[in-house]
Amino acid sequence: MEKLEAMRAAIKTDVMQKRQHMFDKPENVQRVLRIFFSCLVVLLIGDFFVHQHSFFGWEAWPEFYAVYGFVACVVLVLVSKYVLRPLVMRDEDYYDD
Amino acid sequence: MINALPPAFIFIIGGLLIPLFRGRLQAAFMLLLPVLGFYNLLQLPMGSSGVFHFLDFQVTLCRVDRLSLLFGYIYHLISLITVIYILHVKRNVEYVAGFIYAGAALGAVFAGDLFSFFCFWEMLTVGSVMLIWARGTAKAQAAGIRYFLVHALGGLVLLAGIVMRVHETGSLAFELIGLNGSAANMCIFLGIGINCAWPMLHSWLVDAYPEATIGGVVFLSAFTTKTAVYALARAFPGTECLIWIGVGMAAFPIFFAVIENDLRKVLAYSLINQVGFMVVGIGIGTQLAINGATAHAFNDILFKGLLFMSMGAVLHRTGKINATDLGGLYKYMPWTTGFCIVGAASISAFPLFSGFVSKSMVMEAAAHGHMQLVWLVLLFASAGVFHHAGIKIPFFAFFSHDGGHKDIKEAPLNMLIAMGIAAAFCIGIGCFPKYLYAILPYDVPYHPYTLAHVMSQTELLFFSALAFTMLLLAGIYPAEIRAINVDSDWLYRKGGRLFYKVADGVFNGLNKAGDQVFVSGLVGSLCTFAKQGPSHLLWLLISPYWLMQPADQRLAAKERIYTEMRTGTVAIGFTALAIAFYASLLFLR
Repeated sequence: MEKLEAMRAAIKTDVMQKRQHMFDKPENVQRVLRIFFSCLVVLLIGDFFVHQHSFFGWEAWPEFYAVYGFVACVVLVLVSKYVLRPLVMRDEDYYDD
Repeated sequence: MINALPPAFIFIIGGLLIPLFRGRLQAAFMLLLPVLGFYNLLQLPMGSSGVFHFLDFQVTLCRVDRLSLLFGYIYHLISLITVIYILHVKRNVEYVAGFIYAGAALGAVFAGDLFSFFCFWEMLTVGSVMLIWARGTAKAQAAGIRYFLVHALGGLVLLAGIVMRVHETGSLAFELIGLNGSAANMCIFLGIGINCAWPMLHSWLVDAYPEATIGGVVFLSAFTTKTAVYALARAFPGTECLIWIGVGMAAFPIFFAVIENDLRKVLAYSLINQVGFMVVGIGIGTQLAINGATAHAFNDILFKGLLFMSMGAVLHRTGKINATDLGGLYKYMPWTTGFCIVGAASISAFPLFSGFVSKSMVMEAAAHGHMQLVWLVLLFASAGVFHHAGIKIPFFAFFSHDGGHKDIKEAPLNMLIAMGIAAAFCIGIGCFPKYLYAILPYDVPYHPYTLAHVMSQTELLFFSALAFTMLLLAGIYPAEIRAINVDSDWLYRKGGRLFYKVADGVFNGLNKAGDQVFVSGLVGSLCTFAKQGPSHLLWLLISPYWLMQPADQRLAAKERIYTEMRTGTVAIGFTALAIAFYASLLFLR
């Protein structure tokens, strides 16, 4: 009985490993990226047709939010990687001695 | 029911009774407690109840208004969700600590006076530290002690403030306090600030939360900081410096979150970031801003709880939580992946998810006040939170490279149900915000779903995602590294060790020197002096006579005198001589 269970589990694992999952196929990844980039284009075009009743002048600039979001994240990553990480990174056992 | 109980009592007393039950009965009892508590909450009359006199003061256990009720509702809801989440744990210590902790938070929120507020505030610390220690690892034990010490300090500062305030004003009432230059109010402000994880006072949170138990951290993420937010909203609304404190909280943790490897620590940083939005709202202090701050607290408890639950499920199934060890889990844990994405979308404030309908209230309040810089930093923080909590968490845990995990099971059913409830609320509130708006402290109209708002927020988020994608594809995105990042806890972790070493050097050095000089040195000399001194003195006195005698007799006499002096058997002649000498001294004087 136990042997049967073990065999069944082994087969299941085998099937899991052989089974192609969604992102195992590169074309699926490409498809997701394509959809994502299409959304970006739609948003960029849509921005011209939406009237921003804004509090600040810059909100009315074309594509303000798109540019701000993009630049903010690039700055965030670059500062974290090249400024903060060299300052604060230590070995995992730094506090262990 | 006329005699509704103070909500804290049901949780605390009920929590203490949990170990009396076993198995399914215990599970049923634990599920019943938040439900019973919620029913009790609905029966509470508005205004103050549970009032009694203690010494000369009036203690109010139950002050019910819209602000305390809002926190009361969400605390009951998250308690129920978390209890479902930890049903499989089967450890009484975690159950009891969780309920006492939740009860303490309820007690603090409904306290109408500073005395009972302080008591429940301290109970929060005790309950929460148990949830950290319950993990049982050496790291958790150490982090728990550090957590406990920081909160003990915070509690003392708060207590000092309360005592001084009572001395100054004679009132124990817990209402608008504000900063007016008095040291008492400042201490209360600072004491609350430590629990609120203000910049530089925040490191207890990112130090201890990732070390807590899998379910414990869901409790922790809900109560301590949100109770502090409540206390600030109650006592310090419109305090201008809170705006800048909040801006700091919203901005700085996202940099740490980007380079952090431990995903629960990433969530701890994003917790500070979200509380930053609430603190800004309280600092602005307009009705819209307070509504925004409290609504965001409500939503944050749900979506941050959901994210911590999904990471807890991953940790439970794989035993790993570092981004370097995870990846590809969507294959094995599709439901957990889905719930995590809902939490991620909510915290990132995607339209139709809960964050969207509350974060923007704070932003709009800042815009109404013409605070350009505040608004720009909050927008930066909004993009940043999407980056680290919205994308990084699900991407590195469930997608990214395959972490090589085999035969991982989906999370246990109870965990999935708990995550499902939280996810349903995140989407429900995002789609139908009017039900949340109806229970906010003020009646201020706000419409999140304007075309312009939906469009601008979607643009912001999608182009943040574009930045992530491009940086990742270009290989610039910082690779996860097995390392830790020091934070301001360095000051007391390394500083504490330095203090220990210095104190060790100085005080033990003093001790050693004292031992050498006094114990070994001086006492020995004194002893020798007491033993030899009189003999020397006597020999000195009579040596002129003996010098005239032959050397062998002189030596024998010296030896005899020394022996006699040491044994106290001096010949009577010498004693008489000493007496005569002493008497003559007295006489001459």
